[in-house]
Amino acid sequence: MTNDVLKVTIERSSDVQDVFEVPAFESQTVLDVVSWVQQNADPTLSYRFACRVGMCGSCAMMVNGVPRWTCRTHINKVLDGNEVTIGPLRNLPVIKDLAVDMDPFFDKWVSAEGVHHGALTRDDPIAPIDEDSAPRVGANAGIECINCSVCYAACDTVTGNPDFLGPAALQRAWTLLNDAKDEGRAAILDAVSDSGGCHNCHSMGSCTAYCPNDLDPMSAIAGLKRETAKSFFKGDR
Amino acid sequence: MLNLRLYILQRITALLMAPLVLGHLAVMIYAIQGGLSAAEILGRTQGSAVWFLFYGTFVTAVAIHGAIGLRAIVHEWGGLKRPALDLFMWVVGLALLSLGARAVWAVTFA
Repeated sequence: MTNDVLKVTIERSSDVQDVFEVPAFESQTVLDVVSWVQQNADPTLSYRFACRVGMCGSCAMMVNGVPRWTCRTHINKVLDGNEVTIGPLRNLPVIKDLAVDMDPFFDKWVSAEGVHHGALTRDDPIAPIDEDSAPRVGANAGIECINCSVCYAACDTVTGNPDFLGPAALQRAWTLLNDAKDEGRAAILDAVSDSGGCHNCHSMGSCTAYCPNDLDPMSAIAGLKRETAKSFFKGDR
Repeated sequence: MLNLRLYILQRITALLMAPLVLGHLAVMIYAIQGGLSAAEILGRTQGSAVWFLFYGTFVTAVAIHGAIGLRAIVHEWGGLKRPALDLFMWVVGLALLSLGARAVWAVTFA
């Protein structure tokens, strides 16, 4: 590291930016930098994190204008010289400083029928699953989503069209559609065919480009478009 | 703002337009060989059911495809919401259709 001090700009609101000088350490994540500011420079700084190991999806922020999971983003990877700008996630209402209201994001999971549609009871035998079947492979591709909302913040279609369900919710719908244990096919296809549904996606691909877990919501949405189109020509909707 | 029905309509009209655009370009290149005159064009199109169907289908597909596309753009870039958004789509679609249909009719059966 060439600089001992990092110049960290934090967006406190749309028109207020605070600049902090943070000591540079050998190994330091963006979340470490934000935590240093809160613990040593300004205890009023609000932000959100929990696990610090990339599992919980709490700590996503805009870093130099790009959505990232801050606990797994090394500061050296994002520094511009010795400077970095950190802001709240895009496309979501800001509560305070770096903490956004995730309600719209999770409400859309439910609107996209991203909920379990079970048909069996606890008395039924467990259904066998063929791990190599095409639907299971399709479902497996999306199950590692940690709900961090990075894709939602990256999506320009969400920005222009606030009713759009967004990449994460639609990828969840696609996962459940492919899940042999989920019985919600008709409900899912109806939900993603509505005015905020998968057909609004312009396939710009920011979701897939920025997903920290290397998932591919854009292809999941393309899958939903195919399945809804098939059901349209079959006369189902 | 794009539901399944609008999406399918826009894709079907795109499929229709792809060969029609190529046919239109080919005819343009063919037609201008040795100069271009109104009489030459009308001589080819007047009374022709084939050209009426070709450009009638083209105009209909353009009106539907363009109206749905502009609907998405004015919503995402202009913030126009329903029901004004639906009204906008119908006005654009019907305007494109009437302008185009009038021209097609004028060079074929008028």
